[in-house]
Amino acid sequence: MIDQDVLERVLATAVRTGAEFAEVYAEDKRSTSVGLDDGRVEQVTSGRDRGAGIRVIKGDTTGFAHTADLSEAGLRAAAEAAAAAASQGGGGTRTIALTRGAERVVSPVLQFPDDVRKADKVAVLQRMDEAARSAGSSIVQVSAGYGDSRKHMLVANTDGVFITDQQVRTLVRVTAVANGDAGMQTGSQSAGHTMGFELIGHVDVEALARDAARQAITKLNARPAPSGALPVVIKQGSGGVLFHEACGHGLEADLVAKGGSVYRGKQGQLVASPLVTLVDDGTMSGEWGAIAYDDEGHASQYNVLIEDGVLTDYMWDYLRARKEGRPQSGNGRRQSYQHLPMVRMTNTYVLNGASEPGDIVRATEYGVYVAKLGGGSVNTASGDFVFGMTEAYLIENGEITEPLREGNLIGNGPQVLSDIDLLGNDFAMSNPGTCGKDGQGVPVGDGQPTLRVKSMTIGGTAA
Amino acid sequence: MSAAPDTSVLQDIADRVIAQARAGEQVEAFVSRDHETDIRVYEGSVEHFVSAQSEGIGIRVIRDGRTGFAYAGTLDPAAIAEVLAEARDNVEFGTHDEWAGLAEPDGVDVVEQELWNEALAGYSTDRKIELAKELERLTLGVDPRVRVDDSNYADVAVESAVATTTGIRRSGRENGCYVSISTLADDGDETQTGFGFSVGRSPEMFDLPKAAKEASDRATRLLGATKPASRRLTVVLDPYVTAMFLGVISSTLNGEAVAKGRSLFKDRIGDQVANPIVTLVDDPTNTLAYTATDLDGEGLAARRNVLMDNGVLKSFVHNSYSARRVGARSTGNAVRGGFKGTPGVGCLALQLMPGTRDQDALVADVADGVLIQSVQGLHSGVNPISGDFSVGASGLQITNGQVGAPLREFTIASTLQRMLLDVVEIGGDTDWLPMRAAGVSLVIRDITLSGA
Repeated sequence: MIDQDVLERVLATAVRTGAEFAEVYAEDKRSTSVGLDDGRVEQVTSGRDRGAGIRVIKGDTTGFAHTADLSEAGLRAAAEAAAAAASQGGGGTRTIALTRGAERVVSPVLQFPDDVRKADKVAVLQRMDEAARSAGSSIVQVSAGYGDSRKHMLVANTDGVFITDQQVRTLVRVTAVANGDAGMQTGSQSAGHTMGFELIGHVDVEALARDAARQAITKLNARPAPSGALPVVIKQGSGGVLFHEACGHGLEADLVAKGGSVYRGKQGQLVASPLVTLVDDGTMSGEWGAIAYDDEGHASQYNVLIEDGVLTDYMWDYLRARKEGRPQSGNGRRQSYQHLPMVRMTNTYVLNGASEPGDIVRATEYGVYVAKLGGGSVNTASGDFVFGMTEAYLIENGEITEPLREGNLIGNGPQVLSDIDLLGNDFAMSNPGTCGKDGQGVPVGDGQPTLRVKSMTIGGTAA
Repeated sequence: MSAAPDTSVLQDIADRVIAQARAGEQVEAFVSRDHETDIRVYEGSVEHFVSAQSEGIGIRVIRDGRTGFAYAGTLDPAAIAEVLAEARDNVEFGTHDEWAGLAEPDGVDVVEQELWNEALAGYSTDRKIELAKELERLTLGVDPRVRVDDSNYADVAVESAVATTTGIRRSGRENGCYVSISTLADDGDETQTGFGFSVGRSPEMFDLPKAAKEASDRATRLLGATKPASRRLTVVLDPYVTAMFLGVISSTLNGEAVAKGRSLFKDRIGDQVANPIVTLVDDPTNTLAYTATDLDGEGLAARRNVLMDNGVLKSFVHNSYSARRVGARSTGNAVRGGFKGTPGVGCLALQLMPGTRDQDALVADVADGVLIQSVQGLHSGVNPISGDFSVGASGLQITNGQVGAPLREFTIASTLQRMLLDVVEIGGDTDWLPMRAAGVSLVIRDITLSGA
């Protein structure tokens, strides 16, 4: 994308006014998306995003500029703008020598998206549409989407780091609407991996579509969710977002440093039920949050955040690690070359426990079984979080019984973590997610085995 | 958008693209360029300073009822040629749709708006930094329990042009700025958060003391909050919360959702769907609205539309495609997120016609209720197709007409259908927030609160 000697000169320009650190992040991304709705392929979209972001750090100030012009002149202009933004004076000349980092493959790709005919991509959606519609006569509407991207990226900085990588992602999603006597209900499913077109086949897209339709149909007979505090059993691979929200964000070092996290100063302390071991793992091959290098050029890692309930470490990016004089953890990520990196999760999950999932339900007299969680959000300072249950059932006398209408679940992160009293042995990853923080979205994964929380507040309307 | 000589470069680019249309093709080119500044201050010094310019083009081609689209984040001529070729190629894979087509001029006059402020364009960097620093200082001065997480100044200037082979040709530019601050308040082990902001076409319009006070109050008011007992009660929504609620209602009035059978209000035009005191208007020509604009995302005149009149459902909002599908005319509600996508449908500046009384008077009538000051989880707990509504909330207890202790960690739930019918009163305190809907205090009865 950019020659090494050009990068060295651009970085030298960026630190000419006396900054301690400068970095070039460049990307060239091609993407395709297809939307099918109402039985029609509405539109195939092709996109191209290409440019570089230049970051300059002087003291506690970060200057940042980006450009779509990858010529040496364009990069130098951006470097000067970033340097001016970071500082008002000083000076000096530094020579930058980059050392090319090893090629690193975390998610091997078999079939690159640019080698696949658009017609084949479109056909996937038609199969999904047909599968969802044939799932039942009450299905009145189906929408489906396919998206892929191939991003070449490059990171070079004044510490001599120089890496290139390519990230390939492919995703399918489907939403079905069922109509019944009491109105409409929806069901949705998605699958996404850091792989190419081999996703289709790796994932049974027709089964995915049928499952979306099944959810919508099931909910036609759903009764209002209960209101108040109850035991909640969360199905394997459907509730990793709970950990992402309830404690993941609170373990991001940038939030911790400013005192915006309930987990500040809790290292070495028991912060969760001793059943819980929580990991953030950028190296989990093929998963949605997998990366070979983070967006600051640091190799991805397997980081244990909570071990047997004890807080072991936070997640780190370059800036926070530098301040604390400790190593980065491969969690410096950004949405695009137009954004500054910050501490972000990758694949965040809870390791297996010992219980049989069926025993967890049987041990619950009256409660809620959540088969699918929707999105959520957290206030990291108070720990209060909320997320939607998009597929849930009542548990009565140790058995899963009636379907429930949609609603939010709320709780407090530290409280819920210590209230996990049963943990299954059936670990699975959840649907692909996009995590939003400070206006930037990045792809993340999450997962967990079936588990029970002693008590959570269900935001339904039934007494 | 206000026309300006600077945008002629972009208009030329768009014109050149559509001039390449072949027989039987409809072509639309949308070109934009923006410049943004983003300054973050922490503890009196600049934490980051972002100065960024981006530009790009999106091209839509329609032939035989089939649509293709492509975009690129550059205005390099070679890239533009590639985008047109890609969009053309993508046409091959679309399904024939008899309603597909670009907007056509509809003769509705444009209500000009002042969207460009020269004072902002000439504002110095040092003064921008100083604004963020001053907001931080002011906020720290309100209450000793409050810390600042970050204090920000941001501005953006956008120029854009659109041209179509159907005769739409528009260009313009627009700028705006805001300051915002995030706060933390501590009391023993407990920490709560708050935020404050001020927006304007230029920094002269900022009210920094008000932003500082709100940021401090929002963080401190929840200290010591408890979880309320589950029950049914009346809620009073703060204007900010009402604006978020209207945002949800707007998606049920989206003409595209209606055309595709995905709105709970389909087939309900003319029905009493809300309490008769509810009159809901989308009016981007109202200069008071933060999102006031003169053109919609397809280049048609933005206009005033009455959606609910005395509780009766009057109209949905449409762009030219959804309108064609249901045999209506575009209501000027095409919404375009930038050059990377084609226009969707949405409300532009929604407003609930206000009542007369202030929030204190509304509260005075409530025997047992909660003043809802913030909600969480609107994107996860509200389904605009089924109407299920359940959100996390925090606020203040109302007992016998008086606001009292702070409450948190509870949900409020109902259905959108019921909530509109259960509206008890609309306040007279319209607040033009930086959102697509205006805020106003709103009283709704028979809401299920889930707590302890």
